[in-house]
Amino acid sequence: MTETNEDTVRDEIRAWLEANWNPDYGLVEWRLKLAEAGWGVPHWPSRWYGRDLPVGLVPVVQEEFKRIGAIGVAKVGIRTLAAATILEHGTDLQKEKFLLRILTGEDIWCQLFSEPGSGSDVAGAVTRADFRGNQWVVNGQKVWTTSAHKAHWGLLLARTDWDRPKHRGLSYFIIDMKQPCVTVQPLRQMNGYASFNQVFFTDAKVEPELLVSDVGNGWAVTTTTLMHERRGADALRSWAILSEKPGRIYKEEREEIRTTMEPYKWYPQRAGRVDLILERARASGKINDPVLRQEIAKVLAMSKAAEWTARRARTAQERPQGPEGSLGKLASSIIARAAARVHTSLLGPDALLTGDDSPVNGLLAEILVSVPASSIAGGTDEIQRNIISERVLKMPRERTGDTEKPFKDVPRNTVG
Amino acid sequence: MKFSFSSEQEEFRSNLRRLLRDRSPAKEVRRLMETEHGYERDGWRAMNSALGLTAIRIPEAYGGYGLGFGDQCIVLEEMGRALLCAPYFATAVLAAGAVMNAGSEAEKQALLPGIAAGDTTATLAWVEHNGRWDAEGTALAATAERGEIVLNGHKSYVVDGHTADLIVVLAHAPQGLSLFTVDGSAAGLTRRVLKSMDSTRKFARLEFDHVAARPLGTAGGGAAPFDRTMVEAAVCLANEMVGGAERLREDALAYAMMRMQFGRPIASFQSMKHKQADMLLEVELAKSAAYYAAASLDDGDGDAAANAHLAKACASDAYMQTAVNAVQIHGGIGFTWDNDTHLWFKRAKSSEVFLGDAGYHRELMLQKWTA
Repeated sequence: MTETNEDTVRDEIRAWLEANWNPDYGLVEWRLKLAEAGWGVPHWPSRWYGRDLPVGLVPVVQEEFKRIGAIGVAKVGIRTLAAATILEHGTDLQKEKFLLRILTGEDIWCQLFSEPGSGSDVAGAVTRADFRGNQWVVNGQKVWTTSAHKAHWGLLLARTDWDRPKHRGLSYFIIDMKQPCVTVQPLRQMNGYASFNQVFFTDAKVEPELLVSDVGNGWAVTTTTLMHERRGADALRSWAILSEKPGRIYKEEREEIRTTMEPYKWYPQRAGRVDLILERARASGKINDPVLRQEIAKVLAMSKAAEWTARRARTAQERPQGPEGSLGKLASSIIARAAARVHTSLLGPDALLTGDDSPVNGLLAEILVSVPASSIAGGTDEIQRNIISERVLKMPRERTGDTEKPFKDVPRNTVG
Repeated sequence: MKFSFSSEQEEFRSNLRRLLRDRSPAKEVRRLMETEHGYERDGWRAMNSALGLTAIRIPEAYGGYGLGFGDQCIVLEEMGRALLCAPYFATAVLAAGAVMNAGSEAEKQALLPGIAAGDTTATLAWVEHNGRWDAEGTALAATAERGEIVLNGHKSYVVDGHTADLIVVLAHAPQGLSLFTVDGSAAGLTRRVLKSMDSTRKFARLEFDHVAARPLGTAGGGAAPFDRTMVEAAVCLANEMVGGAERLREDALAYAMMRMQFGRPIASFQSMKHKQADMLLEVELAKSAAYYAAASLDDGDGDAAANAHLAKACASDAYMQTAVNAVQIHGGIGFTWDNDTHLWFKRAKSSEVFLGDAGYHRELMLQKWTA
């Protein structure tokens, strides 16, 4: 057997793309082909639409897709987290039912973890799932749910046992979001958008085969999802540029990106738009201000160093995403804040304005009121520092008052 | 671009780390830093010839191994970690770099084998009293006298300048900026070791009074090879610095895990944990920048100079901040002479300044990116 290395992989994917890629395919049609050949998710197991390729070689495949202009499997949104979680913890039946439609992009997913009473402390969830008759019945409220109003499926963390300590009484479900017992309301944010929702469950139903892993093992599964979310937060800093190429598949992809990305429109602004700094500095003439030059250089340097660190971590890791992802997330939010300060200096008095009264039709103003989200969403900076110190540096864990006793006896928020 | 080390490189690193742990423990660092030379010639020569450290990047044609910056930077990182007292940076980075970048075939044949074999120690003298790290501050003059080139003027902040066998000198010749070599024992050359705040890295002041010099490269053609040498030196120093920074971070963590106050290890306090998390982030970012900059040099990347400035700026901030935090985490004991933290603190401070501080390199980086 020949060794798999950068060159063999490159030759193989190049040949396959040259033989198969055609922009006149329909999006789903093409992605089915990718899933069959294993090139859409080459690092996945060969049994499930992949080729068992080491993670470190995936960029080679991506480079070849980019070179020829080929479109990949559906990657944006919660569906990636769903895929990673199901791949790791799901049953064959769940993999069979969900993975392919995740890759083709036919199903939209949402994540149902946070609640009004449990933000950083996600394991303190009080949404309940009770087994009644022959199915699970869900009651409670979730919050910060992106795309809940469009989702077909939700990744749900719910309490199934109130007599066990908090982490051990949780279970993880896949819930049908289109059933009538699920209601969704938008939540308005400080930057004016309403990208998230509140979700209410009133006797909502889950079939027993859609329990992921065992009853009581929900926290371990949730941890998998969250680790992947932290890595994803890093990736959101670079934005997919809409391809203007002609061809049926490009048109369909543009449409998909437009719908899926709609709630994420302000996410690049949340990350600080480091990419706009130099051109803004030139346009405002402040590129010659020596003090500002230093601040600009600091942000650009840190941004590059963070990008290289992420690539170094990916190359070094052949195992699933670990707590090191928290380093990247922490770096992103520090960069975002520094970038917002630089953009404020570059704007001058225009930083007082918003919307079409401010430069670039409000885009820059949007940075200033969106950046605060980057150090909160997906786990606050403080939580990331706890994870880094406890799991990477093995420092002693925080003392908590709720990990030993039955969850029903734990003091908790009465009002969300 | 390469983002990882090969298994051979990892093995080389761990062997070197073990060896340096044995040969250069803090006790030995303290002994050598108190000597006027700052290192012991025989000990250094034995270690160098056993491992071929100065030969790494020198081409095989001149007695070296012909490896890249990626390999040399492993050596530097480990030396920075161990705070090895040796004229390695001066000899193998600055002087050898200048010779490789500027020298003619004959000059390389004459100078590099001695450096590769470890027989010759060397340095590069370019800064003067004005303290400029670029070539602009150069006033030292090279003139022809009776068919001979002679140097008149001074150099300062010359690393290991008081002990080097061979000194590469940046000077103004009638044709323009040029490089020359002089012997450390040349007549008319007065060398005085300066009182360095970091006594593990010593600097000297050199006075040139009609000192006979040999040309290195073409007369008037010194600027480009000198600039190139500075870019390489910035990358090498950044790698040396991240080695020291990581060592400080690890030692401070070990101390926090062991130190008990209020009936618990201080590492259990969230203020300590968050500080350590920030330290890890800063050191890891600086390491990535240093590694990437070394790989850029090996790849001949067009952004290599900008990346070098970025790496030096990151390393300057990260090493110094780590040192400040390390003293703080140790508390009172960290401010004592007997505790080893100050040895690395001082190296952090001296490296922050040496070759230009973070602000200087950030400015150069931005100039490259906006050119």
